[in-house]
Amino acid sequence: MKRGMSILAVVTALLLSFALYEALIGAPTEQTMGNVQRIFYYHVPSAWTAFLLFLVNFVASVLFLIRRDTKADILALVTAEVGVVFCTVVLVTGPIWARPVWGIWWTWDLRLTLTLVLWLIYVSYLVLRQFSTSSQTPVLAAVLAIFGALDVPLVYFSIWFFRTQHPAPVIGSGGSLEPRMAHVLLINWAAFLCLAWLVGWTRYRLEVAKREVDEAQALESLLESPR
Amino acid sequence: MSYLYAAYLATWLIHGTYLFILARKYSKLRREMESLKK
Repeated sequence: MKRGMSILAVVTALLLSFALYEALIGAPTEQTMGNVQRIFYYHVPSAWTAFLLFLVNFVASVLFLIRRDTKADILALVTAEVGVVFCTVVLVTGPIWARPVWGIWWTWDLRLTLTLVLWLIYVSYLVLRQFSTSSQTPVLAAVLAIFGALDVPLVYFSIWFFRTQHPAPVIGSGGSLEPRMAHVLLINWAAFLCLAWLVGWTRYRLEVAKREVDEAQALESLLESPR
Repeated sequence: MSYLYAAYLATWLIHGTYLFILARKYSKLRREMESLKK
């Protein structure tokens, strides 16, 4: 287990370094936006990673509601937490790109607003898990996660079905991304996926250990309490 | 160019902050485990 994590850490560090080099130097400069367009290599892969983590959170939440499996509950917590980190990157890098390109930091456009709502839902989920002491908290959190996951396809498809300020999809059907740029984008996504896997795995092990310690402490205080 | 660096720096600051929070959680857990062993 420890060896696997060390290998993953090395692979992630190498991939992130190579992806950074490709994003800053390897990728061609976009003609209209110039170097600011390179923000795209961090913004888009972070969004895809966040969506994937929220999808795993949804599956784990459903599994938890069906089987009451602790592992599924921990997986749901971990994916929501790491997903919020990546979603924060999206919400911060987006406005930094928008300022020089659109002339404004933020607009209440459908895609942007839905992404902010998505972030708020999962932050609420984490707040609920952190501060609620009820034994029903994992169940309530799982239900909230299922409703939160409904926002993910809305965010993703909002630029397909509605006219928004946000740029249209550049990859996939109808996409017009230059092949070298698409290559750099996918390298960066692979690097961020490895990072998410590594951080998620670490957080999962930490949560398992924390629950074991909590149980041991509860047992200890029960044994020490006067009869 | 400054917007590009600001975006990349912000990304690594966010990830770094989260890793710092995880490291603090880990050291707190280690302390709790050691006090349990005693």
